[in-house]
Amino acid sequence: MAEFFTPTTEQEFAENFAQLKPVMNRTEALYESSRCLFCFDAPCIKACPSGIDIPQFIRQINSGNDTGAARTIYEANYFGNACGKVCPTEVLCEGACVYNLQEVKPIEIGRLQSYATTKVIKSGEKLFGPGADNGKKVAVIGAGPAGISAACELRALGYTVDVFEAKAQPSGLTVYGVAPYKITNEETLAEMDYLQAQFGYNTHFNSPINSREELAELENKYDAIFLGIGLGKTNELGLPGEDKINCTGAVEFIAELRQHHHEVAVGRKVIVLGGGNTAMDAASESSRLGAETVILAYRRAKEEMGAYEFEYDLAKGVGVKGLFNVAPIEITGNGYVAGVKFIRTETKDGKVLEIAGSEFVEPCDMVIKATGQAKQTEFLGLISGLKLDGKGRIIANAHTGQTSNPKYFASGDAWNGGAEVVNAAAEAKLTARGIHAYLSK
Amino acid sequence: MPDLSINFAGIKSPNPFWLASAPPTNSGYQIMKAFDAGWGGAVWKTLGVPVVNVSSRYGGLNYRDKRLIGFNNIELISDRPLADNLREIEEVKKRFPNHAVIASLMVQTRQEWHDIVRQSQDAGADGFELNFGCPHGMCERGMGSAVGQEPKILQMIVEWVMEVATKPVIVKLTPNISDITEPAMAARRGGADAISLINTIQSIVGVDLDQFAPYPIVDGKGSNGGYCGPAVKPIALNMVKNCAQHPDIKLPISGIGGIENWRDAVEHILLGASSVQVCTAAMHFGFGIIREMTSGLEQYMVEKGFNTIYDMVGKALPNVLHWEDLNMKYKVTANINEDKCIGCQLCYTACEDGAHQAIRLNAGTRVPEIIEENCVGCNLCSLVCPVEQCITMERTDDGTQHLTWKERTEAGTAPTEFNDEKAGGRHHWVPEPSAALGKERHKTLPGKARLYSGETVLPAEAE
Repeated sequence: MAEFFTPTTEQEFAENFAQLKPVMNRTEALYESSRCLFCFDAPCIKACPSGIDIPQFIRQINSGNDTGAARTIYEANYFGNACGKVCPTEVLCEGACVYNLQEVKPIEIGRLQSYATTKVIKSGEKLFGPGADNGKKVAVIGAGPAGISAACELRALGYTVDVFEAKAQPSGLTVYGVAPYKITNEETLAEMDYLQAQFGYNTHFNSPINSREELAELENKYDAIFLGIGLGKTNELGLPGEDKINCTGAVEFIAELRQHHHEVAVGRKVIVLGGGNTAMDAASESSRLGAETVILAYRRAKEEMGAYEFEYDLAKGVGVKGLFNVAPIEITGNGYVAGVKFIRTETKDGKVLEIAGSEFVEPCDMVIKATGQAKQTEFLGLISGLKLDGKGRIIANAHTGQTSNPKYFASGDAWNGGAEVVNAAAEAKLTARGIHAYLSK
Repeated sequence: MPDLSINFAGIKSPNPFWLASAPPTNSGYQIMKAFDAGWGGAVWKTLGVPVVNVSSRYGGLNYRDKRLIGFNNIELISDRPLADNLREIEEVKKRFPNHAVIASLMVQTRQEWHDIVRQSQDAGADGFELNFGCPHGMCERGMGSAVGQEPKILQMIVEWVMEVATKPVIVKLTPNISDITEPAMAARRGGADAISLINTIQSIVGVDLDQFAPYPIVDGKGSNGGYCGPAVKPIALNMVKNCAQHPDIKLPISGIGGIENWRDAVEHILLGASSVQVCTAAMHFGFGIIREMTSGLEQYMVEKGFNTIYDMVGKALPNVLHWEDLNMKYKVTANINEDKCIGCQLCYTACEDGAHQAIRLNAGTRVPEIIEENCVGCNLCSLVCPVEQCITMERTDDGTQHLTWKERTEAGTAPTEFNDEKAGGRHHWVPEPSAALGKERHKTLPGKARLYSGETVLPAEAE
């Protein structure tokens, strides 16, 4: 018996994927904001990668200045609404709340944040606008959290900004990669519209930049180029049978899910390979799509999973079962996935050792590989002088985001190797300032 | 079980909890319901010539998510015909002969006072409360607080009442006066049997920021009202104490003001009240609050070994002195319990900005440290600390010495000149004014900029 019935309508989908952090009403926001202690040198601010003045915006909500609260949030982070909903607040601001030390529930900072931002987005009240035109132009590649944040900040500084995006919609993984129970497409895109209406950057969707020629054109037309390209496809595992039908990458699966909701079919028995947060998302999502059994298979022990504890709890909460210390060695089946052949493992001195003779086949009809995203090294290789580190990450100045090709600047996953929306938003704001400093010389 | 019953200036009641004269005592229906719920007495909504009220009558003061920590009203006395009220008084007394029903009265002429006192007596009221306190509406017509603010007139009216009253007379005092003992003395001179205080405080409870009008708003306008509720308790306690300590007043006191639980009631009683009256809390939570009040009071009396209410009436009065009689040798110092501290640092910023810069922050820990030599023992840190028993004030003097301001003045050791060497803060360390600069400014910067304050990565535009 599955935990969830397979959703067949938009409404059923919304029920199965009910928002984990629903937007507060005014009363709840009043009650919750009243609990905030207004700590001195508040730990929540320090825990926020974008450094939002959290006690300030909570105090503003408490005194009925919701617009001011939204301004405080957006001044620090252009993805204020998205971050309120999708941030792993349990390990960031809320995890740092001093109430935890008193064994009192921490302030629901994320929900308070999106309370204020949702309100201002709905009202359409403009908090910011473009700066006076400085005559210079910047191209932004990628309309994800990094690219859009950079675009906003650059517009505020007076640049003309063109954003080039391969996909059809802005916000990157916020609309293509985050679990649907964290934020809806409508919420995500409403914030994008709200930002564009204020800052007026130009967006070019379905416009991938793939070739040396296209890059050369950008280099000629623009004074600087911002790389907010994120990561690529799911890593290939190199296993026999990986090309069977119904063996898919988590990133691709979630992107489909975000765009097509209940129209996405899931297997009856799904095996998710991986132990990171994306694996947890894919497993939860499979269950919520009506899969009867969802197995999370990880090659190390439970304690060694990279996923946040609350993410694993979330998956367990919807019936996902863990299968630990198993490494996949083959995807079995005839055309279609029929199972995964595993070998049992043990960890010794941090190394995963396979236990000879322990092979077994776990039958299933779908495999989701949540084994990390590839770096876009091929594309980055088209940029002359651009240096990458050993892991394929762009090397750039920590404070300015400037790469080893001085015309190129970077932020987000392509630079940090893969982090949260909030990291990309925070980095891009700084990098935009770095571009400004460079072009103002 | 302790005995909660009282005999207040001759008015008997099964417990000291009375409903104050106000909307909850507007009708026999409400009072019977209250008595059924467990209230000991009720002071009927003030009788007089029936009024006509405005619509939109109450305003509230909220603090954060807490509603009605203060309450304000512009309602007048009873708007019901006297005969209806008297008939219901009679009915209530028949059904509840052992409960206290007190008629609150407010009229103008001597003849009116005589008539209304006689008629209330005939209806079976156990006593009277003369409303010399109402600070809104009625005072504009020369009644209520207009009387309470004129001791001579107050005394004259009390004398009129005493000419015909055969039941105890309580005079309800207004706090809208600089010295509450003056009208209290006038009540005594007039022959009153008891006093009750405080009536509401003249107030504007808030201003509507869009309509530019005070609450409660009546067709775009407003008027001052009478303020009550939890927020007025400290003012009431002080006035109750003033009357209780006055050597010449010596009248039973019915304490009113900010009472909503047994604890508030005990505070009034410890400062000299021997009955207490409640209004706002009943208006907010209903008559059911009486169960918590009586059970709490009983529990307290059992724990303290008090058999009757009178064992505790005024028990705190000997400990309320004039400031000049306090021991200046007594010294307390703040202590932070590191195990309990959650690192909010409210104590630090409170002491830094609001007191004596006697708390410092150290690198590597969020637990602040008390600078003992700077601590003046003001309590502020312990008051703002959100954790129970985390910051405690510990006595640091040896308890053997006693010296008051009065004694210092008499001995000539008190400072008398502007730059006197004997000034209390003369050798107290304070930081140089310019040391303050830069300590808070980074907080005015948005986002990451505030995190990077003091570093050079800040582009000029963020400044």
